[in-house]
Amino acid sequence: MEVLKIATAGSVDDGKSTLIGRILYDTKSLTSDKLEAIEKTSKQKGYDYLDFSLATDGLVAEREQGITIDVAHIYFSTAKKSYIIADTPGHVEYTRNMVTGASTSQAAIILIDARKGVIEQTNRHFFINNLLRVKDVIVAINKMDLVDFSEERYNEIKADFTELMAKRDYQDQNITFIPVSALKGDNVVNESENTPWYSGQTLLEHLEGLDRKDIFNSGTPRFPVQSVIRPKTDDFHDFRGFAGKVYGGELSVGDEVVALPSQTKSKIKEIYAYDKKYETASRRSSVTITLEDEINVSRGDMIVRANELPQIEKQFTAVISWMDSDQLKAGGKYIVQHGVNKVLAKVDKIHHKINPDYSGIDENVEGLGMNDIAKVTFKLNKPIFFDAFKDHRTNGSFILIDTKTNNTVGAGFIQ
Amino acid sequence: MNKDTSHINPLENEAIYIIREVAAQFEKPVLLFSGGKDSITLVRLAQKAFWPAKIPFPLMHIDTGHNFPETIEFRDRLAKELGVELIVRNVQDSIDAGKVKEESGRYASRNSLQTTTLLDAIEEFKFDACIGGARRDEEKARAKERIFSVRDDFGQWDEKSQRPELFDMLNGDIELGQNVRCFPISNWTELDVWSYIQKEEIEIPSIYFAHKRKTFVRDGMIWSAEDDIVFRDEDEVVEERLVRFRTVGDMSCTAAVLSDAVSIDKVVSEIRDSSISERGARIDDKRSEAAMEKRKQQGYF
Repeated sequence: MEVLKIATAGSVDDGKSTLIGRILYDTKSLTSDKLEAIEKTSKQKGYDYLDFSLATDGLVAEREQGITIDVAHIYFSTAKKSYIIADTPGHVEYTRNMVTGASTSQAAIILIDARKGVIEQTNRHFFINNLLRVKDVIVAINKMDLVDFSEERYNEIKADFTELMAKRDYQDQNITFIPVSALKGDNVVNESENTPWYSGQTLLEHLEGLDRKDIFNSGTPRFPVQSVIRPKTDDFHDFRGFAGKVYGGELSVGDEVVALPSQTKSKIKEIYAYDKKYETASRRSSVTITLEDEINVSRGDMIVRANELPQIEKQFTAVISWMDSDQLKAGGKYIVQHGVNKVLAKVDKIHHKINPDYSGIDENVEGLGMNDIAKVTFKLNKPIFFDAFKDHRTNGSFILIDTKTNNTVGAGFIQ
Repeated sequence: MNKDTSHINPLENEAIYIIREVAAQFEKPVLLFSGGKDSITLVRLAQKAFWPAKIPFPLMHIDTGHNFPETIEFRDRLAKELGVELIVRNVQDSIDAGKVKEESGRYASRNSLQTTTLLDAIEEFKFDACIGGARRDEEKARAKERIFSVRDDFGQWDEKSQRPELFDMLNGDIELGQNVRCFPISNWTELDVWSYIQKEEIEIPSIYFAHKRKTFVRDGMIWSAEDDIVFRDEDEVVEERLVRFRTVGDMSCTAAVLSDAVSIDKVVSEIRDSSISERGARIDDKRSEAAMEKRKQQGYF
């Protein structure tokens, strides 16, 4: 069974938490004690309906302000799939959380308030999900009950959004429009009687129908080595395994491989998952690999197929999302964490800021502030082995770590 | 073939990746072991992560002194079988040293007292990473917890300045004195854990299965009356019932559920049909809606 991670994006009051609560309620994923708590709190607040947003808004600060301020994870499953929803906030100042949520998701739901239509925030939500190359985007046009389930209004919004789609960088992204009312439940899990003009799937039907090919891009296998396993016991005296997770494709016993950075060639001898041997390691599986030859491989190195080398460079240009209150400036030094590999990096050049709402670029840049997105060139103290982000979501991405605070201060997508 | 045939596999792959990152990024990690199903699952995942080598870090149990005897027996046997070092630190010692004060009355529990003992042990052994079995589906405040969660010298969690976690990348860089709580099974649900135990045929303590127990009912929940650990009013009637436990926390705050599930298969199907969430059987969360978040800020696991 698949696990599908979904990011959600919407502005304040677009009804995102209500939508998630509705999905949980209609898929009978709310347990009786949770439902009871929601009923109790809704009554205390004097509502004549169930406030499903209470199912997801977890932190005390949030309940006080009535907004979502961080990424929350919500779990539910159907007979077909397990779902993890990253509930990300819609505030302008929280771009970083949206980038974070989208980075681990294969699908995204962008909410639009049918009364307000496509607003500047919508551009941002779409921009980020497109930048992060989230494969499947659902545009849920919500609060249809408040516009009398008007087909005309739905089509207007759809036309506005379609205009936006022409500007996107990642054109292959699959986009689906669905008219919903999260509060009343129309077209969320169950079909609506109020939208006879809409013949498409409900939100859940769409998610249920997503196949592996709709979720993952096919790519080149990359094996970043997490650690070397040397048990040195009597039974496994000479065992030398390389532990890691396979990204982008499959690796099989007998594959001719190259270890980077040494560029030494060998062949895959065995693939273990725990104590069982396998012929093939599927993508995203955590395995231990042994090689035919005794070659020098350590943590941070990468094993790839011999005829599929990535770029091996001491410099790269990337689009970065800056997430810290301290500014990023040219000449600044940071740690680049690329997968499990960490190298020291210097900001060589900030080319330009990219307005995350498709309103163009800003070439006059001194430094980057929180939530800025920009094209930046870095120089490294030793080479890393990367692919362009458009070809490899894992091997084309990195995070930036502040050397003084150790905090994660940015994320980047290599061009 | 190692294909993703069930949804457990992606979660297992992720957890093994995280455990390997903990071992590689930190100097002195420890696995917090309670003898409960979540930490037993963690131990199995750690075994898998490093096979054929041994688990490269010790297990540590913060013993409230109110644990089920079945759990303690199980804990000692498992550590012995694995050949892994087991560290035990006792809440009773913190009480005797006057560091914490025992609660009294109807809802007295040693659960929150564990925090002091845990923080002292982290300092004693200079652990820089504690692996725990917390899951985001357990409780709303947990839903926002990171996989690597940085704690300061006082073990405190600042939910407003958590590090963003992107893609698979885990940033374990810390300053001296800080430590990180690591949660490899963050993305698992209760049912995932049970299904995994079933699939892997992992042994778990007997109290997870239906058994006859002297119990009494309070506030609609069933409490053990086998010993004096749970405070009981004289008018609360003791009766023998067929029950099992869904979590094996401190006896004073872990309620039983009526059940005839005597095998793992029956437990899994019972969980699948069940309509009360797991933490619904823990009184310490019910004290107030913000209970868990407050305890976490103070350093509770």
